[in-house]
Amino acid sequence: MNVDVTVIDYGVGNLRSLRRGLERAGATVTESSDPDAIRTADALVLPGVGAFEECMRNSRPFHDVLREVAEDTPVLGICVGLQLLMTDSTEDAPEGDVVEGLDLVEGHVTRVAGDVKVPHMGWNTLTVERDHPVVADVETGDYAYFVHSYRTDAGEHTVASCDYGGGFAAIAANERGNVVGTQFHPEKSGDTGLAVLDGFVSFAADWNAGRTPLAD
Amino acid sequence: MLTKRIIPCIDVDVDDDGDPAVYTGVHFEDLQYTGDPVELAREYNAAGADEFVFLDITASAEGRETMLDVVGQVADECFIPLTVGGGIRTRDDIKETLRAGADKVSITTGALERPELITEGARAFGNQCIVISVDSRRRYDEDGEHYVEVDGESCWFECTKKGGREGTGVDVVSWAAEAEERGAGELFVNSIDADGTKDGYDLPLTGAVCDAVSTPVIASSGAGSPEHMREAFEAGADAALAASIFHFGEYTIDETKAYLDEQGVPVRR
Repeated sequence: MNVDVTVIDYGVGNLRSLRRGLERAGATVTESSDPDAIRTADALVLPGVGAFEECMRNSRPFHDVLREVAEDTPVLGICVGLQLLMTDSTEDAPEGDVVEGLDLVEGHVTRVAGDVKVPHMGWNTLTVERDHPVVADVETGDYAYFVHSYRTDAGEHTVASCDYGGGFAAIAANERGNVVGTQFHPEKSGDTGLAVLDGFVSFAADWNAGRTPLAD
Repeated sequence: MLTKRIIPCIDVDVDDDGDPAVYTGVHFEDLQYTGDPVELAREYNAAGADEFVFLDITASAEGRETMLDVVGQVADECFIPLTVGGGIRTRDDIKETLRAGADKVSITTGALERPELITEGARAFGNQCIVISVDSRRRYDEDGEHYVEVDGESCWFECTKKGGREGTGVDVVSWAAEAEERGAGELFVNSIDADGTKDGYDLPLTGAVCDAVSTPVIASSGAGSPEHMREAFEAGADAALAASIFHFGEYTIDETKAYLDEQGVPVRR
């Protein structure tokens, strides 16, 4: 079946590869900067590039509708887009404080730690931690392309983890599984990334057809 | 484990018919035609390249249009990161290039002439997409700030402009640290001395820059074999770039990675 995926456009640079990747997965892709228009999408993608606080600010017009549709719509956050879905982040926050996120996936975003170069930039391996449709065709040891300085510790929400100065969530999802995000860029991660986009689009198709494999 | 990246670089110009074409040169001159950029990108993507770098070596406005068009065609087919450089001077140039389908922009002269461009670009589009490129040239005089010993002689590295045709008096190592401070997400280190020689990267240069910054460093200019790439990684580089050894089929990406893997260098295969 056809799936309408809406990519939320709140001024995040290059959406071209993301659109092409989703189209290759069989989706009909719309880019929208109108919060009302995203209400009816079969699935939403929340991209993100740059600093957490600034992305939070720029995406503000979408927050209410995102919280609302996340109740029953598949949502995929990418890179900072994943971080926005989490509870909070320490990026650009005063010492000891945090900047609040959308809290659709419970978890805290903190700076990459350990004796490693920051940003974490390049191809790193995934470890699949649990089943989810987005990792249906992903195996432990597959490579994904990362570019980020902040991340969330691996935990309950982690679908796939990666190790860079400690284990962190490369893919995280909420309990029901419909709100999911990747810290890497699937649209830049070759065949592995395309497999993740494929998995998300198939998941959205199933979800919208009422065959929700993860529904509670 | 985070892997070391192997990056084919494609120098794109327009040919006599106005079509995009790939050229490679020696010491930034004497360009030789090597093929169609979109076709090459497709081949490299299939062959396991970790990223592409496209350098627009045309100066004309039409050349630039053609280039952005090529960037879009490549972005539509190749799902790996794409860096585009050449003639980027303003925030709008950065925006236009990213919008065409690039993931990162590489800036040389534009940043030397107006360092604020780095900060503006990083703030507007994120540090990750601002790659500061240096075209280094060795100097054996007293005008530098950071000296290294090479074959018993003391030299420093000078930033050049306009593809190596103009000196600036700016010390590469100091500039790299400043660029990082201003928000550069990656440093792309070319050497006029090593370019096209196939004698290996300028390792003292690579090492000096890697020691001065903590952002990722791409070693460029002079690769003649996979061994040279291993040397660059040992000097601290995070990625190694090459043009002619791949374009002319002397080594495939796979052969290169197989060698590095054997030598214990982590690579994506």
